[in-house]
Amino acid sequence: MSTSLDRVDCTPAAAALIQTLMQEHGPLMFHQSGGCCDGSAPMCFPDGEFQISPRDVLLGRVEGCPVFIDKSQWALWSHTTLTLDVVPGRGSGFSIEAPMGVRFITRSTICLPPTDDSQ
Amino acid sequence: MIYADPNTPDSLVQIKSRYANYIGGAWIAPVKGNYFDNITPVTGQAICEIPRSTSEDIDKALDAAHAAFPAWSKTSVAARAAILNKIADRVEQNLEMLAVLETWDNGKAVRETLAADLPLCVDHFRYFASAIRAQQSGTSVLDDGTVAYHFHEPLGVVGQIIPWNFPLLMATWKLAPALAAGNCIVLKPAEQTPLAILVLMELIGDLLPAGVLNVVNDFGVEAGKPLAQSDRVAKVAFTGETTTGRLIMQYASANLIPVTLELGGKSPNVFFEDVWQQDDAYRNKALEGFTLFALNQGEVCTCPSRALIEGSIYEDFMEAAVARTQAIKMGNPLDTSTMMGAQASNDQLEKILSYLDIGKQEGAEVLTGGARMELPGKLAGGYYVQPTIFAGHNKMRVFQEEIFGPVVSVARFDGYAQAMELANDTLYGLGAGVWTRNVNTAYRAGREIQAGRVWQNCYHLYPAHAAFGGYKQSGIGRENHLMMLNHYQQTKNILASYDENAMGFF
Repeated sequence: MSTSLDRVDCTPAAAALIQTLMQEHGPLMFHQSGGCCDGSAPMCFPDGEFQISPRDVLLGRVEGCPVFIDKSQWALWSHTTLTLDVVPGRGSGFSIEAPMGVRFITRSTICLPPTDDSQ
Repeated sequence: MIYADPNTPDSLVQIKSRYANYIGGAWIAPVKGNYFDNITPVTGQAICEIPRSTSEDIDKALDAAHAAFPAWSKTSVAARAAILNKIADRVEQNLEMLAVLETWDNGKAVRETLAADLPLCVDHFRYFASAIRAQQSGTSVLDDGTVAYHFHEPLGVVGQIIPWNFPLLMATWKLAPALAAGNCIVLKPAEQTPLAILVLMELIGDLLPAGVLNVVNDFGVEAGKPLAQSDRVAKVAFTGETTTGRLIMQYASANLIPVTLELGGKSPNVFFEDVWQQDDAYRNKALEGFTLFALNQGEVCTCPSRALIEGSIYEDFMEAAVARTQAIKMGNPLDTSTMMGAQASNDQLEKILSYLDIGKQEGAEVLTGGARMELPGKLAGGYYVQPTIFAGHNKMRVFQEEIFGPVVSVARFDGYAQAMELANDTLYGLGAGVWTRNVNTAYRAGREIQAGRVWQNCYHLYPAHAAFGGYKQSGIGRENHLMMLNHYQQTKNILASYDENAMGFF
């Protein structure tokens, strides 16, 4: 298992939702998605459901649940810290909170604006 | 004109209060009897109930599909093509109604559904009706007495998971080749936009033998997942995002079945300085090409969400581009003069707003827009975002991540080499645009950009018979082209000897 980067936390609302979901589904995991439609959003699965590979990095843990992101995606996000939040929502991929009418969302805080290396 | 809201007396569309799943040629209630509210993003109000299905419903649909497959797979290509043509005719006869319905379900402007989504549906069914008739098998004479015959055979029962940005068109992209090739289908619409596909089934269900096409609604985790995991599907087709794409491949690897995936992009739209050489029709077309980031509210996998402008024309170009963007008319999506409608769901709205925040934090300059659009009256509860232009550089997250909203991030470049470096500096490779009056530059850039679709001096055209699919993390497979038939077919090789003599080994 990769070393945690300690770059993610969650809001009280997200923490409460995670606790509720864990009561029904047991331990959980998150993987931050990219790409179209429901992408650029965190996906929540029963722990172990999503196969973590060496191309993923561990951002940290929220309520004890590991949060992963693709390594190449993280290279582009590394100037930010992430906060999992929850909003009313309509569903997304196979993320387990969707039937409850809510959706996890990733909010970001910029630690240091990225530098433009093209000039 | 303004179309009347569905379920009002003057509307072309009357929506039932509750829908069922379409399984085995019949409307079947979900086994567990649960439903969820379908919301129109136009107003944020619930408009009907949709089955909240589970694996039991998926099993029923798979039973129906497997029962139908032996006969369907043996139908002649002429018979299948005739059915696809009848489906196209039926859609065309109901085009206006379906366009209004699609707008109500998805939120997009009706002028787009009328002019693009629905006419493309019609044409893609007709295209695959033609393609399957014209498809040839191969015969190869290997030597004087040995012949290799290659036959196309359908895969069997396939699972298709449809996105919410073009519900009917994305369903058509997957249905038409799969049906043409002789497969049976279990299709799961997006839970955000299930309605128009169900109404489509009301219109075309009688044209297909029972069980050939089954539609099961649900939240992804409750029925999409069992569909993708099932050992009774021969292939899974998915359009969506990367995490679910990986999960679908993971499930497919357990079943050793193929997948096709379309997973989005961060498409560069590159404008070279000669675009600005003359103030003519072409310059106007190029400015429209820039503004196409707002098509479908930016909810397009190939949204030209990164505009790269050559430094020498940057100021003049952007002044005109901002003006063009500010001329986008927002309002009631059912008004044919409205140019941009509502985002498809509340969580999509929230995600876009979070990226507007990220862009500002990163130091990107907001040239126009940058906030939610507040509309009056009944639209106040809908999910509207101002078309937004960020100016910044390619390392910012708003240049690297798919926002899936009406947001374009603009950077300048100096010279061809830097244009290509920036264009290719992305995890994705689905679409790209190249704008130049110089045919050599257009050709070289088109070849050098690592994307499955490069539009030269145009953008956002999706005709049948032009292959569409991704490089890099944008997916696997090529839709909209006869080569998609191969993604729904097995190859049967019969290797025949016409020689009476033994090989001589034993």
